[in-house]
Amino acid sequence: MSTHARITASVYTSHVPAIGVAMDQGRTAEPYWSPLFAGYEPSRRWMADHRPDAIVLVYNDHANAFSLDMIPTFALGTAERYEPADEGWGPRAVPPVQGHGELAAHIAQSVIQQDFDLTLVNRMTVDHGLTVPLSLLFGEQPAGAPAWPVPVIPLAVNVVQYPVPSGRRCLQLGQAIRRAVESFDQPLDVQIWGTGGMSHQLQGPRAGLINQDWDAAWMDRLVADPRGLSGMPHLDYVREAGSEGIELVMWLIARGAMADLAGGPAPRVAHRFYHVPASNTAVGHLILEEELP
Amino acid sequence: MPIDKPYLDIPGTTIFDADQARKGYWLNQFCMSLMTAGNRARFKADERAYLDEWPMTPAQKEAVLARDLNQCIRLGGNIYFLAKIGATDGRSYQQMAAGMTGMTETDYRDMMLAGGRRPDGTPRRAPVDPVLVADARAATAGDTRQDTRQDLQDTQNSQNTQESGR
Repeated sequence: MSTHARITASVYTSHVPAIGVAMDQGRTAEPYWSPLFAGYEPSRRWMADHRPDAIVLVYNDHANAFSLDMIPTFALGTAERYEPADEGWGPRAVPPVQGHGELAAHIAQSVIQQDFDLTLVNRMTVDHGLTVPLSLLFGEQPAGAPAWPVPVIPLAVNVVQYPVPSGRRCLQLGQAIRRAVESFDQPLDVQIWGTGGMSHQLQGPRAGLINQDWDAAWMDRLVADPRGLSGMPHLDYVREAGSEGIELVMWLIARGAMADLAGGPAPRVAHRFYHVPASNTAVGHLILEEELP
Repeated sequence: MPIDKPYLDIPGTTIFDADQARKGYWLNQFCMSLMTAGNRARFKADERAYLDEWPMTPAQKEAVLARDLNQCIRLGGNIYFLAKIGATDGRSYQQMAAGMTGMTETDYRDMMLAGGRRPDGTPRRAPVDPVLVADARAATAGDTRQDTRQDLQDTQNSQNTQESGR
């Protein structure tokens, strides 16, 4: 048994708000939604067998915790607890998020000393960007549940105001997070999740953009050639995957934390799923498992 | 040296960069104020009076009153902030998105079911039975689908006109 923490898997998923609404209103069996939720059934079974001790969840805030008063590029949550945000429709009826303050503080110290100038956040609400992925992987939670089944360390990335961080910087941040986790002296299994995307555009006359071929090729490269993919310029995302498709750079943070980017073996694809549409968005989902000793 | 903005020619798309954020600061902060139930009620009771509490430009206030989201975006608004207005009106992201494309909500939903819009801006359509199409054409004189491409071009032309007129 290892004496230190380790990364065991990375999970990638879109975080469309309408998915949360469908779950909260009990509409998942409707014809429109059932193919989408069927794609996450293997993921929920996988999660039951691979439940980690903590999740580093990379997501973006959608003008809820952060207004234009402060726009941190990388904001790490170091609190013990986060409440779901009222995004204007009222807060989602889901449990509060329990943090992991001790591991978060360790990651903060280690990653900043690896030249990433993180913003640290001790008080914030979390919006659908964080809670919809939890809903997809853990399913509906009992009313009154005190917390989600696993502690979560939120890592909020600015992808709202351009320019967002580059793919290369995101991949490097993932590598730094891996080193931080591996130097934490408790035997914890840690997953890192990258969320957002895939192709979609919510604004202007081009709203409704979907690019299935591009999404499929992007996911192929994320698995097989993450270093090459991290060089893709922002402009390619905006042109081909839509103004909000640029959220995909967040997947590169999770990918950067996998062993093959630290000289280890390539991860195994445990599950892959893609579906169009969920409201305005193409939904992509991947689970990559580390080869563990 | 001026900053290179290679994203200005993407069709039907405004990138929310630091210049847009500067233009739209108060518009977006007004939107954030709608995240409490009390402010939503006050706004709905007297929209103009509520807007007059904010140092927004007259054009921004008119665009909010008209719920012209494309104009709000041109004037520095960002969709995640503007969505608070939609939430106050009880509208979903899909309803707001449909409104910005000039399509009806039904046409927009059908387009999404058919795989959405291509990156060049043209909507995808599900292949349908030609007999049904003929029936539908006869039955729905007001059907807007075939006009969508034209609507998109019209919207862009008027956008370009307004950009060059500034």
